[in-house]
Order: sequence, then structure tokens, then C-alpha cells
Amino acid sequence: MAGWGPKTLVERGIAVGVLVLAALGPLIFNPYWVNSILTQTFLIGIAAASLIFLSAYGGMVSLAQTALYGIAGFIVGNLVTQGETKGLNLGWDPTVALIVAILLTTAIGLVFGLVAARSAGIYFLMLTLTYAVIANYFFGQVTLVSGFSGISGIDRYTPGFVGDVVTNPNRLYYIALAVAVAVYVLIRYLVRTPFGIALQGVRDEPVRMSSLGYNVPLHRAIAFAVGAFVASLAGVLYVWWNGQVDPQTIGLQATIDLLVVAVIGGLARIEGAWVGAFVFIVIDNYVREVEVPLVGGSFNTIVGLIFLAVVVLSPDGLMGLWDRITGVVLRGSGRGGVEAQRAAPDVGS
Amino acid sequence: MRLQLGSDDLARTLARLGAAGLVLFALVYVLVIAQPPPLTGTGNWRTTTFGSAIDDPGNFFRVLLDAVTFAGLLFIVASGFTLIFGLMRVVNMAHGSFYLLGGYIAWEVQQRMTGEGFSIASAEVNTWEWVAPLLVAAGVIATIGLIGQQTLLRWNAGQDLRQALITIAISVIVADQVIAHFEGGNAVSVTWPGWLDRFVDLQLFDIQYSLIRLSVLALGLGVGIALYLWLYRTRTGMVIRAGVDDQQMTSALGINIQKTFAIAFIVGAALAAFGGVVGASQANVASGVDAQWLLNSLVVVIIGGLGSLVGAAAGSLLYALVFSFSATYLPTTGNECCTQYNIVFTFVLLTLVLAFRPQGLFGRPG
Repeated sequence: MAGWGPKTLVERGIAVGVLVLAALGPLIFNPYWVNSILTQTFLIGIAAASLIFLSAYGGMVSLAQTALYGIAGFIVGNLVTQGETKGLNLGWDPTVALIVAILLTTAIGLVFGLVAARSAGIYFLMLTLTYAVIANYFFGQVTLVSGFSGISGIDRYTPGFVGDVVTNPNRLYYIALAVAVAVYVLIRYLVRTPFGIALQGVRDEPVRMSSLGYNVPLHRAIAFAVGAFVASLAGVLYVWWNGQVDPQTIGLQATIDLLVVAVIGGLARIEGAWVGAFVFIVIDNYVREVEVPLVGGSFNTIVGLIFLAVVVLSPDGLMGLWDRITGVVLRGSGRGGVEAQRAAPDVGS
Repeated sequence: MRLQLGSDDLARTLARLGAAGLVLFALVYVLVIAQPPPLTGTGNWRTTTFGSAIDDPGNFFRVLLDAVTFAGLLFIVASGFTLIFGLMRVVNMAHGSFYLLGGYIAWEVQQRMTGEGFSIASAEVNTWEWVAPLLVAAGVIATIGLIGQQTLLRWNAGQDLRQALITIAISVIVADQVIAHFEGGNAVSVTWPGWLDRFVDLQLFDIQYSLIRLSVLALGLGVGIALYLWLYRTRTGMVIRAGVDDQQMTSALGINIQKTFAIAFIVGAALAAFGGVVGASQANVASGVDAQWLLNSLVVVIIGGLGSLVGAAAGSLLYALVFSFSATYLPTTGNECCTQYNIVFTFVLLTLVLAFRPQGLFGRPG
């Protein structure tokens, strides 16, 4: 990030403004916005960030991120609850459960990644979708760990350092915000490490990287495990926020919703995750009751149409639109546009 | 940072041996090891619902027939998916939605034709009242597919990810529209013609088997033979196969490849609707079935190899066998009611195939 072009300056300014606004959130916005819309934006954004990380830097569009995030949620739910709900009700210490959930989900992600690592592009999309649907049916059918109605009341068992999120939801707001910022920093750091650079090489030229002696499948698998780690953070936050997790949480609808979030934000830039999440959740909260004129149908028809419009008109989403607008307005600096093009997956090429 | 897995060959050999051992064990378990539930007390790891094939050959063949007939339906749906992918490289994520919509349209048409209430007795339905809804559903879905392909998929050929996202958007819209316009997305069934709705004596281990299920298998075989004759014995089929091999060269030889694409998409979409009508007749269609059939199509073509007709047949058979046998021949203690682990075996099958052939059994590398 040498060379602070005008675009970088503008973006940093916006970022600082957004962060200050977010830090002061509970003072500015009403509780509904803080606890429902913004907290959800942060945690869904984290899940979407794991998807965008794999897409932008690994060239792998994964539909398994919702499943992985649900798996983390189910693990926490099974470990911490104490007998009043479905699942194993092991009654473990919530901090231990948190660590186990994150580690186990990352390990499952590594296994998924190893199986899928030799396929790329569209095959990867199909395979990860298969994982997602299988995970959904698994939790629906195996009554030992969940069953159809899922696990509820998880938000009563949070670790001591998190505190009581039911009576004091602002705590969860700040934790979600902190994790979101940490995830963003982690991903930005990771893609500059030798591993991250090699991963981008694998994205662009797998054959060349392979002949240079890099183990292409292993790089993909490890990247997928990193994605699973990030998704598991979102999953844990989700069960603290929602209190409940059931097979519908990771159903096809939810899987596609997360993809819609990532695509609306833009599959090429990590920031897009939270932009997409915010737009999607605001629409979700305010357009729920609308009946679609002419053709009939509900919220999902609108989501489908928006998704279609984004994919047809601006395949790199709102962040891509931003890059193009600033590219035109700030012509001459040019740097941002070039960088964004290089980072873009083959959505629009 | 270079990452090495160590001695690759040794690991691969061990993995192969392990996989072969697993498959062998599953076979031996089903054939000999499994035992029927004891009359008193709970079972052990050898206890299954029916016991082994030697204990209870009748039920073994019944499960085998269930698997083969399910494979017939799987093939009808998955062959359409693989046809579209093979030629155009379009992964049609709306394939399950076409299946769902096809089933509902046929149900609606049959309701109108017979003028009966919500559920129709099979004796009230003649052959035409089943075939006509099928043709209408296939025709409507083929038209929707053609319009979608021409408006949304034609101008961005080659951008496979973007096209997959577009078909996902279509599937979201279709799923919601089905809920809005067809019974709120509740389960409905198309009724078979009366003469099919009976059991036949197979003259084998006293099995009385549903003629409906056998006719599903016959329809699957019929679709397979028709597709084979079409692709290997007609001019259009020849052009399609040429297009699969080398699109640009085919185009350069003066063949209108866009027309061929449109034909393939029409046939592929119609096959999804055909499968939907058969599936809605044999069981039912309901909101959510689209996800299930998208999964089924994906698993079949990933196992069999994308774009290969033989692969779709092999994948259908393998998937149906694993699905049916793991539902019945997994150890059970007999006292847990609702847990089904067979979805795990779908994943195991997928993993085993992909571990050794990432392109699927009959897929082409790269």
C-alpha cells in the first residue's frame, strides 16, 4: 500500500468514518437498529467475508460457508446446553465449547477442502453446494445432534468474557464489531504473506504454480480451512445472537442468501462482505411485507430479481460499481481500478 | 512457502487399499454379516432391519429393485442436467426448480382435465389424462428454459460462474413464485392412470412389486435409449457431439451452433419437467423438493462425470444403490425411530469417487 492515490484517501476516509459511526452505534441508533440490523450485518458480513476471501484470492466460489457456519453453531449448541432442548446437551463450559467449535469446524473445513481441492471454478461451486445440502439434511435427519426443530436457548450460555447477551445486547454488538474488524485485518494480512501470494498464484495459474513445485491442492485445502475458521466465528456469533440454530439456518435458502450478500457486495473485495450484508439485511427488514406487483410472490422474488440484476449488470457487485465510478471520476490515478481488476475472479471476464 | 505432502505414492496406495477394503466390507456386510433383529432385547452391530441377503433374500431383492427404479428417475432428471452442461458448459442451478415447476404444472393441468378435487383416485384417470399434463408441463418448462437461455445465457457464453449465478437467481424466483401460485407450495401428487396402480407378482421370493415403480424404471430406460439414438444416430445428435468436443471448430464448419445450444437447452429443461411429473406421480412435489433434486442431479453428475450420458447412468445407479441400501442395511438397535444416517453415505460415496477420479467416473480430465 505504498502510494496513497486519491482513491485510497477517499476510501480510508470513508472507512474511518464508518468505524467511528459503528463505535458510537448504540449512542446514535435506536436499539432495533443496533441489535437487529447492525449486529446481524457484522456477523453475516464475517460469513460473507469468508466466501469473498476464497473467491477473490483462491478463485473458489464456495457455497459451503453457510453450512460451516451452521456446523460451528450446532457444535456450540450441543456442547453448552444443559438438557432443556434437542441435541446432546453436554453442559460444557462455554469457553471450552467455543474453542472446540472453532477448531472442529476448521478441521471439517480442511477435510472438505482436501476432497474438493483438485477441482476448481464451476466444479468447486457444485461440490460445495453438495456439501451444503448434505449438511442440511444431516442435521435434519440425525436426531441425536439436532433433528428438525434444532437447538434453542443457546444465548443463555455465553463465556464469562462475553457476558450476558440476552439482557445486555450491546455487548454482543461490540464483540461482533471487534471480530468483524479482526477478520478484515486477518484476511488483509494473510493475503500478503508468502502463503497468500502463492494462493493468488494458484488462482491465476494453477498449472504454472504446480510446475514451480507448489502443491496446488494443499494450498486450496488450507485456504478452505481458513475460510472455515472465519465462517465458524460467524457461526458462534450467530448462535449467541439468535439463541437458536436449526437445519433451516443452513438450508438452501440460507446458502443462497449468503451468496446473494457476497455477490451484491462484490466477489472481488473483502469490504464488499459488509456492504452486501448491510444492504441485504436492510432490504430484508423493510421489504418483508411487500407483495410483488404483477407477478405475485414475496420478499424472495425481490431478492431473486435484485440478484439477477446485479449479476447481469455489475457482476462484481457494489464494490465493483464503486471501483468503476471512482475510476471514471478520479481518472489519472487509475491505480485502484487496475488493482481491482487484477483481484477480480473470472466472474466478468 | 512450499507445502509437500510427503511420499505421495505410498499415501495414494494406502488410500486405495482403505477404500477398496471399505467397499468390500460393505458388500460382505450386506450379503452375509448382517442379522435380523433378535426377538428379545436390543441388537448389536450386526443387527439390521431385514438381516443379510442370505437371511432374507426377498427383502434384499426388494431393496435392490427400489434402488434400480429410483435410479430410473434419477437418470431422467440428471441426463437433462448433463446434456446442458456437456454442450454449453452451463451448470443449470435452476434444474431442480424446473423439476418442481414441472410437477406443479402437471398437477394443475390434471386437476382441470379431470375436474376432480384435491386428490384424485387413480381409477378416475386414464392414460391420456396422465400423458397430456406431462406434455403440457414439458412444453411449458422447455419454453421457459428456451426464453431464459436466449435472454440471459446466450450473450455471456464462456463465463461459467456468472451463468451459474444467473441460474441460481432464476431458481430463487421460481421457488418463490411456486409458493405464490400453487397451493402455497404444499405437497401435491399427480395421479397415475388406473391400470398402472397395482402390484405385480414377480415370481421371485414371493415379491409383489409396484407396477408404478417398474414403469418409472421403464421410463428411465426409454429416455436413455431415446437420448442414445438421438445423439448417436441423427444429424442433430452428431452436431451436438461435435459441439461437446470442439465448439469453435464445429462453428467454423458452418454449423449454426446457437441453434444447437437452444435445442439442447429445450431438451434438457423438458427432461427436468418430465422427471418432475414422474416424481410428482410416484411420490409428490412440494416447496423444497427443488433443493433435493438439485442435490440429486449434482451428486449423480459429479460421480458419473459432467457431460457424459453413460456417466449419468452409472452415477444414477451407484447413488441409488448407496442411498437405498444405507437406508435399510445400516445397523439399528431397533428402538430409535427417526434418525437416518444414509445422507452421510452419500457424502462418503462422493468423497471416494472424487478422491480417485476428480473428474468423475466417465468425465474427461481438465
